[in-house]
Amino acid sequence: MDRNHSHRHLAAMKQSLFDQGLLDEQFIQLEELQDDANPNFVEEIVTLYYRDSSRLISNIDQALKERNSMDFNKLDTLMHQFKGSSSSIGAKKVKAECNLFREYCMAGNAEGCIRSFQQLKKEYAALKKKLEAYFQFARQSGPSETACRPK
Amino acid sequence: MGMATPKETQFHVLAVDDSLIDRMLIERLLKTSSFHVTAVDSASKALNFLGLVEDMASEIHQDVDVNLIITDYCMPGMTGYDLLRKIKESKSLKDIPVVIMSSENVPSRINRCLEEGAEEFFLKPVQLSDVHKLKPHLMKSRVKEEQDQQPINNKRKIKEEFHSPDKTRVKCIS
Repeated sequence: MDRNHSHRHLAAMKQSLFDQGLLDEQFIQLEELQDDANPNFVEEIVTLYYRDSSRLISNIDQALKERNSMDFNKLDTLMHQFKGSSSSIGAKKVKAECNLFREYCMAGNAEGCIRSFQQLKKEYAALKKKLEAYFQFARQSGPSETACRPK
Repeated sequence: MGMATPKETQFHVLAVDDSLIDRMLIERLLKTSSFHVTAVDSASKALNFLGLVEDMASEIHQDVDVNLIITDYCMPGMTGYDLLRKIKESKSLKDIPVVIMSSENVPSRINRCLEEGAEEFFLKPVQLSDVHKLKPHLMKSRVKEEQDQQPINNKRKIKEEFHSPDKTRVKCIS
């Protein structure tokens, strides 16, 4: 694939992530922070996000096991942190699932929490795969103007 | 990376946030805007860095040159609001501009922070356009520093021009 072709393909990949509602404007903001001295900032912060939030996910999983005495306050606190990080990297759908989870928390709905967390983990894993593919392709394509807004 | 600002004229920002991701983000945002950054993960670490030791009745004066503090609101232990209060209560630190960040848009929270002396309140995720709002607060502080070093006959005139930061403080996010 020649340079132009691969850059167009990369842009199309990104467009697709936006079209599917997986990413929002914040992702573009992150790309705008990249420069010659920090060319991989977005990949670095996303990688850190997945590493850092895996800890939160296991804590939430653990807390959800207490079906009879679920600590909704604790769950809400954990989810608040998770939502914050997800929002900071532009993970739109994951953030939406976080909001849903918090609604179930506030309603004291244990089953709702468990179900929505299952869905959240699916979205989270799906995004991870797609972003990994995106970054891998970006690395192969070489330097380009990554911070362009999708239509 | 373009023009490098020499360390002495660079503004030094202390960023406080318990979130690793948000620390990484705020650091990048600030560095992109040519600030020198120190990032800590708690309010108590921030106070240590600033030379304010909590348990002691008197403040240890430390030669830490921080031009602005930007802190998250929701943090375990001491919140950003508590940190703001401590800074404003401190003789040596009260003139350092403080900015609060929060992921939640709660008008009462915002007003409380502004009333306590925060210069700005940024909704997360913080953007470059937010960071651009910091320079005026820093320039004002720098002018004040310089003014404090002026001979006495000039002081009154300059004080009249730059007095009362309260007028500029009404920044409510609706």
